[in-house]
Amino acid sequence: MGHILDGFFQAISLISSLDPEIVSITSLSLQVSGSAVLLSALVGIPAGVLIALNEFPLKKSLITVINTLMGLPPVVAGLLVFLMISRAGPLGTFGVLFTPTAMIIAQFLLVTPIITGLSISAARAVDRTSIETAISLGAKKFETMLFVANEARQALFTAIIAGFGRAIAEVGAVMIVGGDIRWNTRVLTTSIVLETRKGEFAMAIALGLILLALSFTINLIVNYLQGERK
Amino acid sequence: MSLVSIRNVSRKVGNNTILRGVSLDVGAGEMLAILGPSGSGKTSLLRVINLLDRPDTGSVLIDGRDPRAGNLLEIQRSMAMVFQKPVPFSMNVYDNIAYGLRLRKRGRQEIDHAVRGALELLDMTGKERQYAKSLSGGEAQRLAFARAYVLQPKLLLLDEPTASLDPANGGIIEKAILDVNKRYGTTVILVTHSIHQAMRLAGRSAFMMDGVIVESGQTKQLITTPKDPRTGQFIRGEIIC
Repeated sequence: MGHILDGFFQAISLISSLDPEIVSITSLSLQVSGSAVLLSALVGIPAGVLIALNEFPLKKSLITVINTLMGLPPVVAGLLVFLMISRAGPLGTFGVLFTPTAMIIAQFLLVTPIITGLSISAARAVDRTSIETAISLGAKKFETMLFVANEARQALFTAIIAGFGRAIAEVGAVMIVGGDIRWNTRVLTTSIVLETRKGEFAMAIALGLILLALSFTINLIVNYLQGERK
Repeated sequence: MSLVSIRNVSRKVGNNTILRGVSLDVGAGEMLAILGPSGSGKTSLLRVINLLDRPDTGSVLIDGRDPRAGNLLEIQRSMAMVFQKPVPFSMNVYDNIAYGLRLRKRGRQEIDHAVRGALELLDMTGKERQYAKSLSGGEAQRLAFARAYVLQPKLLLLDEPTASLDPANGGIIEKAILDVNKRYGTTVILVTHSIHQAMRLAGRSAFMMDGVIVESGQTKQLITTPKDPRTGQFIRGEIIC
């Protein structure tokens, strides 16, 4: 019990002294997950609204696939990206393996189905009469999509936050494609695994506290938005 | 020439035939009331005219133009529809009313002038910045009317615009209907259950039942001396709405 308490107090000291390594790890985590989520939102929200608003063959099957991919195991996503970008892979010539770019790609693969799936639900929840009213007032297809996105904006923002929560907390994919290289591709989750294995509990606890604080903030935002929607 | 010319329009939803060979002409600047009990096809007919639903057979010409020949957006933008259920958009009252004008890329001053005029006509001045979803039912219906009114459409389709309103709110909307017809020469097709409202507003009325226009004619004549026994039954309140 003593070593846990010691670790906890040392962790507080590391955080409050803005330890350079902790700052670097936290900053990279935010950059990687933030970029991945931003790209996923740019793809997932329009795709989700488009799928929700249009009828086409195999729509139900596509939604089933997206819903399945929402639960894609991070290690599988990591493995897929690894196979694509490793030297022998089809995209090996780009040389992005073990770089933050590879980590962004892996997290993009994980988060895009989540944002797309939640965007489909959000767009479907928009009142049909309000969509028809917009069309009746002269909205073209693209304007109708924008209208629906605006009507569902709180739910879409919740989707983005949920995607960010998934990205910042996952460890398997970034470990495989990032390699957990110090000062280069080490993020909060991979560092916690490493520091725990090394017995460096103070560092692991400090990083854990930061991750927990980030998750708490994300949940706080989601709860606030869900409260707003009621 | 008729502004709206409907020929032999039929429409099925699943196994249910909701419109059966409907033909109707509505002249430019005319105010036509469509009367009939619930489920008679009145709303379905408005939706077909508004190009929200396609008929299975028959044709709908708006101002002599067939939407099947293209220019769908142009035809759609020449009309506006106010739905029975008013749904305020998730924005403030001003932006709700300005929505259609912004789609048409109108200038800021023109939009402002039109919105303020509509607010005044519909007794909503001072509510510009209010979040539209927080409006009362009567205010929401007036807002829905204002969104269509500012467009000065050639054709205005109204689906029971005062059905769930108190007399004061209903009166404001009826006044606005007369205003849009008189001021802009807008053709109005009004779906209503109320023969009194039809008498007050529409020069001509049509009675619908089971997806068919049973008869049409001058409103006063249709109500006082109906030709078809079903119209008489509806007017005497013997058909449940």
